[in-house]
Amino acid sequence: MYWEPEQEQMDRDELAQLQLERLESTLNRVYMNVPFYRKKLDEMKVDIDSIKSPEDIRRLPFTTKNDLRDNYPYGLFAVPLREVVRIHASSGTTGLSTVVGYTRNDIKTWSNLVARIMTAGGVTKDDVVQIAFGYSLFTGGFGIHYGAECIGASVIPISSGKTARQIKIMQDFKTTALVCTPSYAMLIADTIREMGISTDTLSLKYGLFGAEPWSEAMRREIQDKLNIVCTDNYGLSEVMGPGVAGECMERDGLHINEDHFFVEIVNPETLEPVQVGEVGEIVITTLTKEAFPVIRFRTRDLTRLMPEPCKCGRTFHRMSRVMGRTDDMLIIKGVNVFPSQIEHVLLGISGTEPHYQIIVDRKGALDDVTLRVEVQDPVYLTDMARQMELVETIKRKLVSELGIGVHIKLLESKTLERTEGKAKRVIDNRKL
Amino acid sequence: MLRIKNLDAGYGPLKVLRKVTMHVGTGEIVTIIGANGAGKSTLLKTISGLLRAGAGEMMLDQQNIGRASTEAIVMSGCSLVPEGRQVFAPMTVQENLVLGGFVQYYRKKRQEVRQDLDRVYSLFPRLKEREGQYAGTLSGGEQQMLAIGRAMMARPKLIMMDEPSMGLAPLMVKDIFSIITRLRDEGITVLLVEQNAKAALGIADRGYVLETGRVIQEGQAKDLLANKDVQRAYLGRDLDTETEII
Repeated sequence: MYWEPEQEQMDRDELAQLQLERLESTLNRVYMNVPFYRKKLDEMKVDIDSIKSPEDIRRLPFTTKNDLRDNYPYGLFAVPLREVVRIHASSGTTGLSTVVGYTRNDIKTWSNLVARIMTAGGVTKDDVVQIAFGYSLFTGGFGIHYGAECIGASVIPISSGKTARQIKIMQDFKTTALVCTPSYAMLIADTIREMGISTDTLSLKYGLFGAEPWSEAMRREIQDKLNIVCTDNYGLSEVMGPGVAGECMERDGLHINEDHFFVEIVNPETLEPVQVGEVGEIVITTLTKEAFPVIRFRTRDLTRLMPEPCKCGRTFHRMSRVMGRTDDMLIIKGVNVFPSQIEHVLLGISGTEPHYQIIVDRKGALDDVTLRVEVQDPVYLTDMARQMELVETIKRKLVSELGIGVHIKLLESKTLERTEGKAKRVIDNRKL
Repeated sequence: MLRIKNLDAGYGPLKVLRKVTMHVGTGEIVTIIGANGAGKSTLLKTISGLLRAGAGEMMLDQQNIGRASTEAIVMSGCSLVPEGRQVFAPMTVQENLVLGGFVQYYRKKRQEVRQDLDRVYSLFPRLKEREGQYAGTLSGGEQQMLAIGRAMMARPKLIMMDEPSMGLAPLMVKDIFSIITRLRDEGITVLLVEQNAKAALGIADRGYVLETGRVIQEGQAKDLLANKDVQRAYLGRDLDTETEII
């Protein structure tokens, strides 16, 4: 199923022409209308006329989250405020929020792109879509909302929170598609189980999850618990919000809406492009945004490009699911560790739950890591022998997969705080 | 049909077009809009070979036309309807049309010129009525029809029109625009340059906005049309104040 079959199956050669046209007109616009970009380009002596192919984009400076903050609130807008019909702010996962705006056309484009990824994730106009993303300055709620309406689905704008009510509405309104963060989907799934509700009484078919990194193992777990098909989607408010990329039914990588976004994968340290297929930071340039175009925005999200054609027939290249964020990356005893890797290990061990927290301290000159992880069965907390056995298993697997030794602390189920938005996985107490 | 990449062009030291990248797909009506002096006519002149490109690439159906002569470009299927009609005033309507069919002589298909004439006359019955009349004595609208008819005589795949509505009465403009839509319906691809942005976007599939020789916006015509504020900013006037003709 496609939302815009012509665009989504576009010939790669035509796509290249379109990307170049849109890149050049975006550059002309930002140079003309955004003093920040003009100043930066002039200072770096980059002539926008020297950008004659998508590869030339490497000559342009990166835009970082700090640039966005420095220009708080409206400094990077490319149109006067009276042309802006919507203002959002980033969720501020990593500090101060950043402000983004949309013209009427931007909202239309955005809705359309979200409609594409939702269609790819199984949603049609016959679906009842429950949107359990926060409706706020965060782009998730409204972005998905407009996309789902664009398709013609029946939208339940329930917003996040009040899990028991979510489930009641899910049953009563016969929700067929759930949209939220994967960690919240997990919480909903667990609550359904605890309440003793059989998934047979639900009409749920699809889950479209995004806004935080999650693992393949977690997908399997949610799919099994809720008996649905789960797809991953990707977006960030600095670039647009949801709708940048999304999985199709093949569930093997997220198709990037390349006619609206130009992506590069760079090494986060050297900032040089990585080999195709290698993991790096995804850098995005918007090609059609009017109010808030961004040039080479450093997302801090780590992924890799999958240029192989997809069975679904879409010609847009795929990115792998986001493996983590460069700023989530922990350097523990010199080893790069991502919370998602730990999650992956935990999901492979029976007895543990994917609810965990990583606490990093520094003892003397050494990093000291404690992994707090919940266990389902209280037997692990009372039976010392079984507890020891489980702890050893986790330790051994972590050493073999990540190469680091950690302390393990088993917790009773439900000890760690459950979030309705993005989960907080890491507490770094080191004063680095 | 037509793909242009990073086209620079100008007159002597004066650089008018800067790195224009655009395309026209088969069967589309694409419009270039922009204020006076934005480089719209220069773009059409460069594509038709009347002006040499300084840099860039122009492909007409996989064929590089960057260095081709104007006749060769017309032979390849790309005709221009120039700004201000430029009909041959002291010649009759029919003579003007036959001159437009010169490529059929090159192609050794002179016997087909008659068919082409009939086709143009069926499209523009008014020209048939005036076939023996001197072109200079026609009204502005009729001259515009003649200019379009003359371009059609070369059997183009792509027809480029430079300000076809210029200086015409609103009713006549409406006729000309409906003719343009008809040409498209007959399978001819159209690249239309217009100052009357509202009318042009009204019939086009896609559009490009030129400002001081650069493309600053591109998109579906209906999106560009919906974007009144952007239009006002780029075109220096309010579309709402323009005469409603479509």
